[in-house]
Amino acid sequence: MTAPPTIDWNAVINDPRFQALHRKKQGFLTGLMIFSVVFYFLLPIGAAYFQDLYKIKVWGVVNFGLVFALIQFIVAWGVAFYYSRRAGSEFDRLAREIAADYEKGKVAT
Amino acid sequence: MNLQNRKALAWGLVGLVPVVCTTAYAQGAVTPEYRWLTFTVFAAIIALTMYVTYVASKRVKSASDFYTAGGGVTGLQNGWAIAGDYLSAASFLGIAGLISQYGYDGFMYSVGWLVAYITVLLVIAEPCRNIGRYTLSDILAYRNNPRAMRIVGALSVITVSTFYLTAQMVGGGVLVKTLIGIDYEVSVIAVGVLMLAYVLFGGMVATTWVQIIKAILLVIASLVLVVLVWLPYGFSLPGFLQDVVADPKVQAKVATLIGDPARTMTAAELGQRFLEPGLYFKAPIDQISLGMALVFGTAGLPHILMRFFTVPTAQQARKSVVWAMAIIGGFYILTLFLGFGAAKFVGPAAIASVDAGGNMAAPLLAQYLGGGANSFLGNFMLAFVSAVAFATIVAVVAGLVLAAASAIAHDLYVGVYHGGDTVPPQQQVRAARIATVIVGAMAITIGIAAKGQNVAHLVALAFAVAASANFPCVLLTLYWKRCSTGGIVAGMIIGTVVAVGLTLVSPNVTYPKAVRAASQKVFDGEAAKRSAIEQALLSTDAEAVSQAKINLTALDKAVAKARDDVAKVAGKERSFLGLEEPLFTLKNPGIISIPLGFLAVLLGSLLFRDRRSEELWPEVYARQNTGILASKASAH
Repeated sequence: MTAPPTIDWNAVINDPRFQALHRKKQGFLTGLMIFSVVFYFLLPIGAAYFQDLYKIKVWGVVNFGLVFALIQFIVAWGVAFYYSRRAGSEFDRLAREIAADYEKGKVAT
Repeated sequence: MNLQNRKALAWGLVGLVPVVCTTAYAQGAVTPEYRWLTFTVFAAIIALTMYVTYVASKRVKSASDFYTAGGGVTGLQNGWAIAGDYLSAASFLGIAGLISQYGYDGFMYSVGWLVAYITVLLVIAEPCRNIGRYTLSDILAYRNNPRAMRIVGALSVITVSTFYLTAQMVGGGVLVKTLIGIDYEVSVIAVGVLMLAYVLFGGMVATTWVQIIKAILLVIASLVLVVLVWLPYGFSLPGFLQDVVADPKVQAKVATLIGDPARTMTAAELGQRFLEPGLYFKAPIDQISLGMALVFGTAGLPHILMRFFTVPTAQQARKSVVWAMAIIGGFYILTLFLGFGAAKFVGPAAIASVDAGGNMAAPLLAQYLGGGANSFLGNFMLAFVSAVAFATIVAVVAGLVLAAASAIAHDLYVGVYHGGDTVPPQQQVRAARIATVIVGAMAITIGIAAKGQNVAHLVALAFAVAASANFPCVLLTLYWKRCSTGGIVAGMIIGTVVAVGLTLVSPNVTYPKAVRAASQKVFDGEAAKRSAIEQALLSTDAEAVSQAKINLTALDKAVAKARDDVAKVAGKERSFLGLEEPLFTLKNPGIISIPLGFLAVLLGSLLFRDRRSEELWPEVYARQNTGILASKASAH
């Protein structure tokens, strides 16, 4: 479990590119995580305390509660899709650039 | 794998089928004249998975092959395998059953099982892939004291896996007994032996493929059923649900569930009530607590974490979670139709008369859609769904056993006892196989010993421990600079002890007084219900008579169960911990134990600074974010 001697890990995390990646990722992930958790807990909380709202019929016998539960699936998939697109188009590229440089030893410290 | 082992495997394959076929049976859901059909379908699925195991066994040469399939699984394959690992009998049969009995609440329950993967996707999967190797402890040991991490990590993995495993073994035994009528003990042994064959010979390669096959079969079976259920309504959601709420069987179930207020409601109102919340979940805080355990616990389940070590890169790990979410979410939407379809076509009371928990909803629906209990197609479909349910249990158990065995062999034997990687590869694989046999034998023994126990809450407990101990530890060691050995040890111990301790004093445990009170309620209501049923039996309406017959069976079962329950607690006044009533009133401890787990890691880390943990932080942080040298880590 010892670090390969060729990489100076302090240099990596102090690299401005790493700092930029870290900042973008951290903000994005924290926001998305908080949104997902809050949005999910609205479902059981609503089912417990706002039953009248859940009973409103919106599409034949289909009521708001059912629609909201189905929306939960769509939002969960949406979050997954949104995150993987952002990660695939931006985070991966930045991470690869940094990794490639340090693995090859291009950045001398 | 040498020739002798392969021969043994081949003979095991041939030997297992007659063992299952020739056992004495009791009464099962399958009628005796069609039992051969059930066994043929079972044998076909077992033969397929055994062939996969045979092929896989040639590829298992190193510890990396055994634990992580050599890191050579693709994102798509791993997505299916995660779905196969996760969709246990509890979610396949349990959620469909819950919907068939309680309507909306059952469907709402399924949402948490999917949302759980957002946590896995956003904060756990990729970093774990970048710095982990075979086990949960590998992640913790990266920057903290390896010896301490391997001990607490392994203990936690073994605890969580054992709870989960016990629930699966007991649930599997009961399920196979109910479906095809073979003895409980034989069912448990069959599940255990089959699982051992997969894991022992094929390691993670075979386990992965068994999980993929099972997930595909599960999705195909559900899709066929849903098309049959939904097609007559032209795939219209309101049209289908309109018919569900208009069904007298559904309305009767709602009336029994809500009791007195039902008298003033019209039939249409009763039916509509089935689509509204509150029939199953009565305590909001408990439900939120359960939601927390699901949403944060999944990311700490060792057998799920282990799946991320089987893919070559963080990108593939991400891809596998996205695929898994598509499959798992899609599957839960299908269960909406399975559950409501079973309520409409089979009827909640008829389902509960076969299994009180409603677990038979999907199999009975399959039988109905194929043409009923006396038709060939009906029995073929029942047999197919039963075989898929059986494969489901075996696949989940295989994943759990592999996770527990890796904790024993890799963490405790190689890591702690031998102090690191000095153990030759051959010996590592042998240790892994021996650990597999030990865990497998333990699973079979516990499964048989726990016969007749109510173990459903053990799955929830496994999630609660994973959420309160494993999740805070993994999360903070990955993302918090100050996190240290002391914090992880404190978090693991306090998270586990609080979650288990609160459960032991919660309503999940048997309280003789409460049991007697509940049974008394059944006895009190018996006379009135019986006379109502007798009246209905005299009716000229054939449907009313058949419904009354079902109700009579259900009533007899409920009374017999209540008598049985009272007999079990005869002469006792207190729970096994000496309590007259629960000290902690929630069924799920998550809402208390998860914050305490986090707090323990925080305080432990601040109190006990650890130089190694801090020195290695830049490396852990750089690696988990960039994947530097990650491909080399998998080449071990």
